[in-house]
Amino acid sequence: MSTTMIHAAERDRLLATYPDIFRRSFWQRWGLALCVGITAIYLTICFAAFNVGPAFMQGRWDRAAIYVQDWYSWRAQPRLRFVDGAVVPQWSSRRQYPEGADIDWLRPMADGGYSVIYEGEDNRLDVHPDRVDILVGGTVYPVAITADGVVPPEGAPAGVVFDGTKVMVDYGFEGSAEIRGSQVYVQRRFLGWANFFFDIRSPFWGKSFGELTNLAFLAERVDTGRSNIRHMVDDFLGNTAWQHADILSKLLQTLVMAFVGTLLGTLFALPLAFIAARNITLNRAANWGMKRLFDFLRSIDMLIWALFFTRGFGPGPIPGIAAIFFTDTGALGKVYAEALENVDDKQREGVKSVGASSIAVNRFGVLPQVLPVFVSQSLYFWESNTRSATIIGAVGAGGIGLKLLEAMGTNADWDKVAYMVVLILLVVFVFDGISNALRSRLIGKPMH
Amino acid sequence: MASGTAENTMSGLGPSAAAVMRHYQQQLRTRRVYTAIAIIVFLVALWASLDFANSANSGKFFERLPYVFDFIRNFVPDSPMEIVRAMFDLPSPYADGSLRYDYTSERVYITDGFYIPHFIYQLIITVNIALIATIIGFVLAFLLCFFASTNLVGAGATRWVVRRIMEVMRAFPEIVVAGLLTAILSIGPIAAIVAITIHTIGALGKLFFEVVENVDMRPDEGLRATGASWVERVRYAIVPQVLPNFVSYTLLRAEINVRASTIIGAVGGGGIGEVFRLAIGRDHAAKTYAIVILLLVTIIAVDQFSSWLRRRLIGQQFLDTARGAV
Repeated sequence: MSTTMIHAAERDRLLATYPDIFRRSFWQRWGLALCVGITAIYLTICFAAFNVGPAFMQGRWDRAAIYVQDWYSWRAQPRLRFVDGAVVPQWSSRRQYPEGADIDWLRPMADGGYSVIYEGEDNRLDVHPDRVDILVGGTVYPVAITADGVVPPEGAPAGVVFDGTKVMVDYGFEGSAEIRGSQVYVQRRFLGWANFFFDIRSPFWGKSFGELTNLAFLAERVDTGRSNIRHMVDDFLGNTAWQHADILSKLLQTLVMAFVGTLLGTLFALPLAFIAARNITLNRAANWGMKRLFDFLRSIDMLIWALFFTRGFGPGPIPGIAAIFFTDTGALGKVYAEALENVDDKQREGVKSVGASSIAVNRFGVLPQVLPVFVSQSLYFWESNTRSATIIGAVGAGGIGLKLLEAMGTNADWDKVAYMVVLILLVVFVFDGISNALRSRLIGKPMH
Repeated sequence: MASGTAENTMSGLGPSAAAVMRHYQQQLRTRRVYTAIAIIVFLVALWASLDFANSANSGKFFERLPYVFDFIRNFVPDSPMEIVRAMFDLPSPYADGSLRYDYTSERVYITDGFYIPHFIYQLIITVNIALIATIIGFVLAFLLCFFASTNLVGAGATRWVVRRIMEVMRAFPEIVVAGLLTAILSIGPIAAIVAITIHTIGALGKLFFEVVENVDMRPDEGLRATGASWVERVRYAIVPQVLPNFVSYTLLRAEINVRASTIIGAVGGGGIGEVFRLAIGRDHAAKTYAIVILLLVTIIAVDQFSSWLRRRLIGQQFLDTARGAV
């Protein structure tokens, strides 16, 4: 490789020919660095003003791990109580097992105690009436239960901690346990969502897929009044833990809000845009007034409309529809009017020259030009409103948004939140697909 | 009747022209039938949806309509000046010790003599949430988009993964991110910032990689011929072409984010949205209208400023097209 040499005359010639490349203005030279610098300073100031550092330091990150785990796994939380020389399991009202169920990780033992299996036989908790044997990796660490409390084991591994009143055992993802003088508080975690299909009251609870298929198509009726498939559907929708019927109907409400809101917005914006377009309605006052109306409807946030209408109509899909309808009439009207002002006049003149009425001129001279743009814009709005309707719902308009907010408020229903998020994502992807397909058919070019 | 007119028009035609005409008429009929079916399906869907919405609402539409008008009629401040007083935290002559007219106690004092009115302070927070989210979202979307475009990344897997990540970020409900972070970090603007940032990355990333895919590849070829690395090619061949479009999309996104941060605020992210929800929930008319006016002015100002900047950066044609990726 040889380096290209340029002599002085050549260099002067280049400088004279391309002065703008060699002598750039201040902004061209330093503009980018300046922008980056100002942005960095701004972000630093905001970082301090919003207390980002302290907020992250004080964040309850231990709980965050539990919340996130709750998205894809569930916890069984029995208390094993020491009552009169025996161990009695006690479940909360949110129990995942029916009365008297045969639980494979909670085995009764001969002396009236229970064995809680975490990770194989080597990692388990044997709860005897008078002591608890902690097994970690096959080694036994006995904890004696006395009238005064618990006696911690000697030489316990890192997962076993004694804090003065209780011994805490941590088995990682599999769960944990708190051994107290009166009871052992067991937490056992499993992958998946508990009782997603049937709750514990259903006769179909705990059945395998094969058994269910058999029940659905071959076996006798469980309930003589209705077929087994019908019974299963009823039990699935009526699942008290997951509230499928409620969640699905709320999801439908959200979809209806987006669909009806956008459709009504489109239907109203269409004629109004013809009034707002300067080349179609030759009345400056009407054009101006209609455009300001669009600006007004558009600029008042969807949130404001939603809260106003929620006060008026009461919670439910109607305020959501009204809010989307008002903002979309404004936004679509503006876009439509701009599209109308850009139409090709030749076609209108052609229709006009054969003596057509003004309605016919607009129908055959204007509408065919703008309809694909109109429909494609409306489809975009429909997609975007499917997402906005979720949030609008959360401020009180109802639908899945409110349901999500309620589920998050309890801080215990993160599995339900995950379920609703999955439903929303599914719906959004399906609708994106539908609207993309419709749009590419209308416009005639592939979109992605 | 339709076939009759078809026969009439065909009488003067030759056999081949008549066949074409017949074919045309047939297609026209099919098309009309399809249009009619589509309209009927649409109307049925609309009617069913309206019926469902009406029955799912806590009050029926026509039963509640009088209440709506009553609400609008009764929801007026005691005097128009009240709105100004609420907006700037001035003492009110209607003060009766209740929260409703107690504007002065909400002043946010910077120094002993100088205060920022409460609503304006909250508005500043909301706008800043949007601004921070837009900046961080822009940076991350900028870094990601080059890995999602067909003309820069040959590997199908990288592209596929990056695009799917963007899609999920775009579609993930903002309130869930905000809610999860609120549970961890307690109430505050950070949850709103993160929620909006994630959505911004997804939305801008999609627009950005579509821009990158449509660039002129000749500068890239030139650089490749000199042996430039991938980063150098992106920096000197792609970025100069796409930066104006990127900035324009980002400005558009900033507008949307101001609205989004208001809404997220209302569901627990703080800022003007929450204040507004409380004001309207407690029937404080003057406060509500003060906030509506403030929000209206802010949103119009942000829209105007960003469209002015965009028009300066690139032509008018761009203004209308970008709504799609909201």
